[in-house]
Amino acid sequence: MTSLFNGLLVIVLVMNLFALGTSRIHALIRIVASQGVLLGIILLLVHRHLTIPAFAVAMAGIAIKGFLIPAIMLRALRQAEIKREIEPLISPLASIMLGAIATAFAILFSGQLPLVDQNDGALLVPTAIATVLVGFIILTTRFKALTQVVGYLVLENGIFVFGMLLIEAMPLVVEMGVLLDLFVGVFVISIIVNHINRAFSSLDTRRLLLLKE
Amino acid sequence: MTANLIHVLLLLVMPPLLAGVINKTKAWFGGRVGPPLLQSYYDLIKLARKSMVLSTTTTWVFRAGPVVTLAAVLMAGLLMPLGAFDAPIRFSGDPIFFAYLLGLARFFTTTAALDTGSAFEGMGAAREVTFASLSEPAVFFALLVLARLSGSLTLTGMLHGPMGGFSAATAAPLILVAIGLFVVLLAENCRIPVDDPNTHLELTMIHEVMVLDHSGPLLGVILYGAALKLFIFGALLLHVLAPFQTGVAWADWLVFCAEMLAVAVAIGVVESIMARLLMRRVPYLLTGALLFCGFGFLLLVR
Amino acid sequence: MSATWNILAAIVVLGLSGLPAYLLPARSETGQRVATAAMVAGSLLGLCGVAGGVGGAIPSVAGAAWGLPYGRFSVAIDAVSAVFLALVFVVPALGSIYGLGYWGHAQHRGTGRRLGLFYGLLAGSMALVLIARDGVLFLIAWEAMAMAAYFAASVEEDDPAVRRAGWVYLIATHAGTLCLIAMFALWRQATGSFALEPAPAMAAGLASAIFVLALFGFGFKAGLMPLHVWLPGAHSAAPSHVSAVMSGVMLKMGVYGIVRMTALLPVGPPWWGGTLLVAGAITGLAGIAFAIGQHDLKRLLAYSSIENIGIIAMGLGLAVLGRALGRPEWVLLGLGGALLHTINHGLFKPLLFLGAGAVIHCVHTRELDRLGGLARRMPAVTGLFVIGSVAICALPPLNGFASEWLIYLGLFRTVGLGGEPGFAPAAVAAVVLAMIGAMAVACFAKLIGTVFLGSARSDASQHGHDPTATMMGPMIVLAFGCVCLGLFPSIAIAPLEDASRTWAALAESTPISLAAVAPLGWISAAGLGLVAVVATFALISRITPRAGAVAEAGTWDCGYARPDRRMQYTGSSLGATLVDLFGLVVWPRNHQPAIHGLFPGSATFKSVVADTVLDRLVLPFFRAAGRYMSMFRVFQQAQMQSYVLYVLTIVIVLMVWGTMGAEP
Repeated sequence: MTSLFNGLLVIVLVMNLFALGTSRIHALIRIVASQGVLLGIILLLVHRHLTIPAFAVAMAGIAIKGFLIPAIMLRALRQAEIKREIEPLISPLASIMLGAIATAFAILFSGQLPLVDQNDGALLVPTAIATVLVGFIILTTRFKALTQVVGYLVLENGIFVFGMLLIEAMPLVVEMGVLLDLFVGVFVISIIVNHINRAFSSLDTRRLLLLKE
Repeated sequence: MTANLIHVLLLLVMPPLLAGVINKTKAWFGGRVGPPLLQSYYDLIKLARKSMVLSTTTTWVFRAGPVVTLAAVLMAGLLMPLGAFDAPIRFSGDPIFFAYLLGLARFFTTTAALDTGSAFEGMGAAREVTFASLSEPAVFFALLVLARLSGSLTLTGMLHGPMGGFSAATAAPLILVAIGLFVVLLAENCRIPVDDPNTHLELTMIHEVMVLDHSGPLLGVILYGAALKLFIFGALLLHVLAPFQTGVAWADWLVFCAEMLAVAVAIGVVESIMARLLMRRVPYLLTGALLFCGFGFLLLVR
Repeated sequence: MSATWNILAAIVVLGLSGLPAYLLPARSETGQRVATAAMVAGSLLGLCGVAGGVGGAIPSVAGAAWGLPYGRFSVAIDAVSAVFLALVFVVPALGSIYGLGYWGHAQHRGTGRRLGLFYGLLAGSMALVLIARDGVLFLIAWEAMAMAAYFAASVEEDDPAVRRAGWVYLIATHAGTLCLIAMFALWRQATGSFALEPAPAMAAGLASAIFVLALFGFGFKAGLMPLHVWLPGAHSAAPSHVSAVMSGVMLKMGVYGIVRMTALLPVGPPWWGGTLLVAGAITGLAGIAFAIGQHDLKRLLAYSSIENIGIIAMGLGLAVLGRALGRPEWVLLGLGGALLHTINHGLFKPLLFLGAGAVIHCVHTRELDRLGGLARRMPAVTGLFVIGSVAICALPPLNGFASEWLIYLGLFRTVGLGGEPGFAPAAVAAVVLAMIGAMAVACFAKLIGTVFLGSARSDASQHGHDPTATMMGPMIVLAFGCVCLGLFPSIAIAPLEDASRTWAALAESTPISLAAVAPLGWISAAGLGLVAVVATFALISRITPRAGAVAEAGTWDCGYARPDRRMQYTGSSLGATLVDLFGLVVWPRNHQPAIHGLFPGSATFKSVVADTVLDRLVLPFFRAAGRYMSMFRVFQQAQMQSYVLYVLTIVIVLMVWGTMGAEP
């Protein structure tokens, strides 16, 4: 069981690096969507006693993160007619390296944490930390409004993995709340993207700095 | 003894078939009939009977290149265990010998290419040695992971794993290593997305562009050597991906052959559904492979 | 006892071999022949000594009779010195034979005798360094070696580049000597004498200080990054046979120093080994990355020497680590590999330098992108150069592989085979070594491709021809050594095992041997098998009926009709991608004009790979320091009165200080 679990988590890690390395927004969105689906599947596996609400939450997670949000974003992408690639602050190679360093750090760091025995062998904690860090890297090095959203999604995925640690303790309501927040956020941004694009003919968040007054 | 004989026989006979399977798969994806499965064998026979054209610029290095390359790859094949069976030659430290034999092959392939004095071949040689500098460390990370898991320093021991197979707890590192090795397989054997074996745009190729000036039997030797290398890497990958054994000798051989063909199909699928990367993006892909193997190592030893 | 006397006699003969030439006219070839004969005779004498010393009872201490100031004249050989001595008694003699053709006194009237004198002195002092068993004697020999090398390397002093290289070398070597003087001072404080004998327990901090000083002092000589600053310049400025001796032998004196001091010090903490491993990995990787970027034949070889020193340091680090953690098999594999690589590099690097010398001798340029197509004009040199290159890339079946293989085996064991305790961070060094290996293939494919293959890139390289027998002979001997040690590495196993056991003071009863952990016999078998397969294929291609049907034509070149020799792929382009990958370290600079329009005019492109440490850090630092220090120039008035005033001021200040200090 643990081995299957670890195997899936490793694939989550691999997806992180792919997300950092890709230079197409389409591919980026697809990767993060499949990461969401995978996490939903892992959530199903992690439960010892699968209850109906838990099942419902996992399904809702898969539906929202895996299909609904990507669909909205891809639609926004189409409407804003963004065909250009991502223009990151640093080269893909550099951001992969950064992600790799972050992941290595997460793996080494979580080895030092005083964790409960049952979580020792599992990759849950390192994956969670690494995914959160990768989310931050995407947020800080990409400037398109949509890639920012993707950064938040990756960040949320990381928190989601953390949540699995506390699966017995944390009420599912909290998870649902986070999901809802995220969904609304994406929804709003995707609408705004369209309007920003029409008004300023650019989606570069650096240019939006001018709006601060 | 029988196992060794079958090993040598498979090593000598099967490689060109893989190329046929890959081409068939690609043809199927493209909605074509494609060349016959045995086309590679016909090509080799035809090339062996042709005469050669040698460039006036070239020297003995040009003719030695394919020969030494084939010899090195063949030796490497004798070190690689196939399926459930031990390799004919095995000694403590042979993985390093294996890797450096491929290095020897690379050295002579590239110098033979440079011997023509053509800019195109120089370009191919430069790419070949550059990309190998990234894929070789990935292979060594993989070897370290396998050495630690199996406690052995021979390829046979490493790839067959410890007594009773790999424990389930090691699945995560092995998945990472398998991904890394698959990328290395594609890069080392010049398949899409790293190189396109079919294209005729000299500027975008690696392996094909290095052998532009070879002709006749020498070209045949090169093609055969390339197929052999693909076969060996496929066998290496199979140990990590699908270490299935039945325990019955003939059934194991059949399983191995079937798996090998499956690898060829998988390569064909990858080639059909992916586009070739920009040449300057290839180092990113290989760095990714290096990182995956490195993470496999890190997960294991942390 | 007699073995040591043999070697002492050999040192005298080697050291004085250049003197007789001064009795003869400067242009006389006889003087040079006498010097060469003395070099060969001295080396043979020395080799007999080494052979006797290894077989007989060692270590044998000789001649404490006359004292030096503060020290004693105490010498001895043991298994560790013997390995290095073998190198000293082979390479310089071969180089001096090569010098007969390469640097004939008749052609080099002004410099021939001087070169001969210091060349012999260099060889003699190196041998003395290896047998000195007293700190002061060691330092004297060390300094003699450093100065002899300086004068030998900068014989062409009218060239400003040579003067500059010599100057950098002089400063670097003395910075190293400074560290060594401090180290021996600490050594005396810790042990009570300058005698170089295994120290009993000493304070951990003191031992670590001595180790760090040794690492720096000897690191300057060996060329560990970033202490390598002198190496590329000096190697390219020196005559080729001097470069061969410097690279093949003199760098190894630095290695020897580290080996010797780590043996004498008590067993240290694991971080010693770790430091050596990291230093080796950085040196190796950066060395080969710089080598790929070079445009100068001999600078490229010099950087490749740095890379090989890195590999040796990695083996050494593994051995030190194994000693600290009590793992005899790591010690045997690490030190055995490091010492074997020392020997191997001492064979193939001189071979390459001598080959490069043969090229430069008739082409008169070291610029890679002006060479090309020499394989048709110098077939023998090309063949030998290919052998040297295959060996230095550590490719089977030649000797470089055997030594790297030992180091790999040791590094693989640190990973913790099958869950036994290990030291996994050290195993990453195996991956670095793999990367170094692959990049070495890139580097030497580039070298051979641009120098020997293709067609001539300039008129200069159309004058190539194979050199005379005196120049070919030494190269053939070295290549033969490479092949022998590559196919039969087990002949080296006994001396290596002795040396490793002496170094780590392993008890005879330790139930482990190099032969058991490293089946070198298999390397022979597999290497011979490979040769046999190649030979079979070659034979088949001869006897196949149709193989004779060969047509000749120009290079196809994808159908391009008017190929030009300048259109060939250059060495710079070959390495460009790798150099860019290491851009953070190598820092390449390209000067290219922007090209506009459909029919642009002529343009030039220039790419420079300067030494990051020397040209980007050290020299700018010194220049800035020089600027700031020049403000003290105001005190230099060149007037007697002002100087007396300074003295007076100082005296008064001292008096005031003294009285204030005495008061309480």
